[in-house]
Amino acid sequence: MPPPETGQPMLRAQDVHKRYRHEEVLKGIDLEVASGEVLCLIGPSGSGKSTFLRCINHLERIDAGRLYVDGALVGYRERGDCLYEMHPREICRQRADIGMVFQRFNLFPHLTVLQNVIEAPLKVRREAKAEAVERARALLARVGLADKADAYPSRLSGGQQQRVAIARALAMRPKLMLFDEPTSALDPELVGEVLGVMRGLTEDGMTMIVVTHEMAFARDAADTVAFMDAGVIVESGPPREILSHPRHERTRGFLARVIGAHQ
Amino acid sequence: MTRVVPLRRPWLWLGSAVVAIAAALLALSIYRNPNIQHGVILQYQFAPAILAGLRTTVVLALLAALIGMVLGVLLAVMRLSASPVLRLASGFYTWLLRGTPLLVQILIWGNLALLFEHIGPFRTNDLLTPFVASVIALGLNEGAYMAEIVRAGIIAVDRGQNDAALALGMSHPLALRRIILPQALRVIMPPAGNQFISLLKATSLVSVIAGGDMLTAAQNISSANLHTIELMLVATFWYLVLTTIASLGQHYIERRLGKSGVGIHATS
Repeated sequence: MPPPETGQPMLRAQDVHKRYRHEEVLKGIDLEVASGEVLCLIGPSGSGKSTFLRCINHLERIDAGRLYVDGALVGYRERGDCLYEMHPREICRQRADIGMVFQRFNLFPHLTVLQNVIEAPLKVRREAKAEAVERARALLARVGLADKADAYPSRLSGGQQQRVAIARALAMRPKLMLFDEPTSALDPELVGEVLGVMRGLTEDGMTMIVVTHEMAFARDAADTVAFMDAGVIVESGPPREILSHPRHERTRGFLARVIGAHQ
Repeated sequence: MTRVVPLRRPWLWLGSAVVAIAAALLALSIYRNPNIQHGVILQYQFAPAILAGLRTTVVLALLAALIGMVLGVLLAVMRLSASPVLRLASGFYTWLLRGTPLLVQILIWGNLALLFEHIGPFRTNDLLTPFVASVIALGLNEGAYMAEIVRAGIIAVDRGQNDAALALGMSHPLALRRIILPQALRVIMPPAGNQFISLLKATSLVSVIAGGDMLTAAQNISSANLHTIELMLVATFWYLVLTTIASLGQHYIERRLGKSGVGIHATS
C-alpha cells in the first residue's frame, strides 16, 4: 500500500540528464518518491539505474534538470535562473542525511565492525562517543550481528558485511536510503539475510530507493516499481501492475529474460 | 621401520664450502693487513667528534624524512587532483628532483649565496648554514621520491572506499585522512622503509658542503691523521648500525600494520 501523500515528496527528480563525454546515460528522468515510500528501480545493466542513484547524493554531478531531496535542491543553489554549485561542506551535510549501500559493501577494512559504524557519527556529526557506540551496538543487534562488533570486515561473510554496511548507513539517521544492487555480489544463499534486513526497514517506514534484480523483493516489498532502459524511465507503477501486466514491449522483454533466467 | 634416505647434494656442499673459505680469507686479509691499524679504529669508534657527527646524521635523516613524507603526501594529492595546473606542477617537481643527482642539488643549496646574496632582509649565508642547506636539499629530494610512493599507495585503495566515505557525509580531506591514507599505508610502508634506508646513507653526501654529519667528522679527522681507511671503517660500522635499526623498525611497523589481518581489497 503506498502511504498517503504528506506534503512534499522525499525525492523529486525533474528532467535529470547525465552524460559521460559523448554518451548520454540519463536522458531526462522524472520521478517522485513520497516520504515512507519504497521504490524499486529495475532494468537491464547499463540502463543508468546506478548512475541515477549516485546522482541523488551528488556522487555524480548532473548536467541538466533538478534533484530535490526533502524539498532541498541537491548539490546546487538556485538564484535567479542560475544554478550555483554548492560549497563542499554543504554537499557533505546533504549527503550525511542520505544513506547509501553499495553492491560491493565498501566497508572500511582497516576498522572493526563497530568502528565502521561509529566513524561517521563521530567525525561528521561530532556525536559523543558513548552515545554513538550505544546506538551502533543497537543497530548491529538489529541486523543480527551484535556478536561481531569487534571483528574486522575481512572475517565476515558477504551477507554479514552487507548487513554491517546497512547498519553503518543507518547510524547517520538518514531520511532516505539508497541501495545500489545490494545483493548482486552475494552468494545465492546469503541474499535472503540481507533482503530480510531491508524488509524490516520498509516496515519501519524508511524511504528507500532500491536498484535491484530481485524481482520477488520488488514484488512484495516495493510500493512502486520503475522500469529503466537506455537512460529513461519507461514505465512505473504498483509492482503488481508493472511486473505482471507491463504495458511496454521493452518491459515485457526484460521481465521475460530476467524471470526466465531465474527459473 | 623404513629408513628415509635424503637425496645427496654434493654440489650444494661444495658451493657452500667455497663461499665460506672465500669469506674467511677476505676477513683474514683485512684483519692481518699491516696497512690497517686496529688501534686507530678503536680509538675513534666512540670519539666525541664522531658521535656528534652520528647525532647530526640521525637528525638530518629524521628531519629530511619528515619533510619528505609531508611533501610526498602533498605532491601525491596534487598529482591526483582535478586541476591540470596542480597535476603539472607536481609532475614537474618530481621530474626535476628525480632527474638530477642529489649531489648536485646539495651543492646548489650549499652554495645558494652565490646566486642570491640576500633572502628578504637576511644574508643567505646566515640563513642557510651548511646544516640547514643539507636538511632542505635532502628533504626536498626525498619529497619527490615519496610523492611517487604515496601516489601508488593511494591509487591502490579501492575507489569504492572513497565513495563510501563521501556517501557518509565525509569531506574529501577527512576521507583522505581517516579512510584512504590508513589503507594506503600498507602499500606505502615497504618502499618508504627502503627509501628511509637510502636516505640514511645519502646523508653522507652532505659532507661535500661540510654538513656536519658523521662522514664530515670522519673526513676532518682523517685529513689530519691520514688514517683514511680506518676512519671509513669507523663510519661504516655506524652506518651499518643505523641501517640495521631502521630495517628492524620497518619490519616491526609492517608487522603491526598487517596485524588486523586485513587485505586492501578484503571487502570485495
